[in-house]
Amino acid sequence: MKTNKKIPAFLLKLRRIFKGRLSGDSAFRVATMLIACNIFVILGLMLYNIIQNSRLSIQTYGVGFLLGTTWQPFPPNPNVLPSFGALPLIWGTLVTSAIALFLGVPVSLGIALALSEFAPKRFNYIVSFFVELLSAIPSVIYGLWGIFVLIPFLQYNLFPILQATLGFLPIFQGTIRGPSVLTGGIVLAIMIIPTVSAISRDIFAAVPNSQREAIIALGATRWEKARIVMSYGRSGVIGAIMLGLGRAVGETMAVTMVIGNSFNMFTSLFEPGSTLASIVANEFTEASSPPVYISALMEVGLILFALAIIVNASARLIIWRSTRKVKEAEMIR
Amino acid sequence: MRSYTFRKIKNRIMVSLAYMALIIALIPLASILIETILRGLPAMNFSFFFEEISPLGEPGGGIGPAIQGTLIVVALASIIGIPIGVLSGIYLAEFRQTEIASIARFLNDVLTNVPSIVLGIFGWTLIVVAIGWSVIAGAVALAIMMIPIVTRTTEEAIKLVPTTIREAAIALGVPQWKTTLTVVLSSAKKGIATGILLAVARISGETAPLLLTILGSRFWFSGFTEPTAALPLAIFNFSQLPIDWPRVWGASLTLILMILLINIIIRYVTREKYG
Repeated sequence: MKTNKKIPAFLLKLRRIFKGRLSGDSAFRVATMLIACNIFVILGLMLYNIIQNSRLSIQTYGVGFLLGTTWQPFPPNPNVLPSFGALPLIWGTLVTSAIALFLGVPVSLGIALALSEFAPKRFNYIVSFFVELLSAIPSVIYGLWGIFVLIPFLQYNLFPILQATLGFLPIFQGTIRGPSVLTGGIVLAIMIIPTVSAISRDIFAAVPNSQREAIIALGATRWEKARIVMSYGRSGVIGAIMLGLGRAVGETMAVTMVIGNSFNMFTSLFEPGSTLASIVANEFTEASSPPVYISALMEVGLILFALAIIVNASARLIIWRSTRKVKEAEMIR
Repeated sequence: MRSYTFRKIKNRIMVSLAYMALIIALIPLASILIETILRGLPAMNFSFFFEEISPLGEPGGGIGPAIQGTLIVVALASIIGIPIGVLSGIYLAEFRQTEIASIARFLNDVLTNVPSIVLGIFGWTLIVVAIGWSVIAGAVALAIMMIPIVTRTTEEAIKLVPTTIREAAIALGVPQWKTTLTVVLSSAKKGIATGILLAVARISGETAPLLLTILGSRFWFSGFTEPTAALPLAIFNFSQLPIDWPRVWGASLTLILMILLINIIIRYVTREKYG
């Protein structure tokens, strides 16, 4: 009785309400749920913070930011406002990503087919370890390798051949430079291979064996079997490619180190350029003086964020739908 | 109907193209590893790992502060990221049918694919604005990168635990939360450890988020609210000037060896599970 008097009335009331309900299980459930909700807080705060910080730039430049082609944080005439336009950056991001997909996807699909359809299992285990190692190498080391090994090779061996044979195309004209958009695209192609090939391999492996058995029973060759597998997993492969695209769009360090970092609307792939990610990496730490400069870089980050989320969310949706289709087909069997 | 010979030849060509794709992908890997070892080994000696970084452009000097900085930032990020990641993973696996779980799972995948530079920007808006370039800002940015990876792998590991084990514990009268925290977690611990190692390997090589948060420095660690050095940042800075070439390869070899070691441990751990 004596202790009861010390407990305030509202606590007693609370205890009566929760009596028999607040078990260890529900407490555990609520606690882990709150922690699992960190994801809402992180993404929400991220979006809010970045929008808040790029507000100055959004208000100053409006839609012109997306269409402008000059990037002048420190104009020569001090009375003129600094001008920022992100179109060349978006252009650079799109072109490098397109090169990466053009070169990386066929190789990735080849790897996925070799591992899931053609190669023996034992071989499979070792080789997939090596392919996965490609994704474990930090991007700054890809960049370093790009500068010192890849660029000399491309500049003096591959690019001159390209220009001699395909020079009639505008994209292969002009002076050959080592650090260029094409180099950036090639490095990105190497970097998306592990992502695209690993997911495609899993998708091919999920194709029901009845499909293979049916076509083999009709007397198909191994390649014809592989084609059936590919067409069955088509939508999943498209998802894998989109994930690769997401990686290429957001990749920062390696591209920054090999793309040449010049701000222009390039037409030739041998010209240097910039991407959304590379300009932030390159200029952010030095962009302290005019507040609008840092805000403009924030807006570049916002565009990148939006682009990456759209690409990745649609990739996930496609993969999710295609694996569901496979699962349903198996259930019907 | 195409002739059988034509189909056979086409089959040969396509299958060998697929194998060729494998070789094409392994060439860059081999080249990166060989070049780094050949160019990095000569730079490595005892003092290289323990000396301060000399100013950019001055020959000599080691990478001591960079190694120290990387270890500190990664450790701090792990302290923040691992508990959050593991507990979120437990929720997603144990209460997988709830609406919150399925939304959180989707957002988790989204966060995994947010470009690393955007995480750097976020770290900057969150912490650098308040207290300046600092170790804490870097650790938070890396922790945010780590959380979705750990969450995902923990969830997958727990899902693999056979229901029979869980039922056995519950039949003995153990409450569900205790079953999860003791029986289920301990049978999923290998999978969870793999996920944690994977996340650590991934964040220790990250450069972009650190560039905007810990800034980099030449000196030894001097406090959690101060800028510090890190291996990937040092590699990026060294690569800008020709005079630093031996150092940059030495630093790269060190970083690759660290990450390779973690990856080999992962392979070892997962191999035992299937063997």
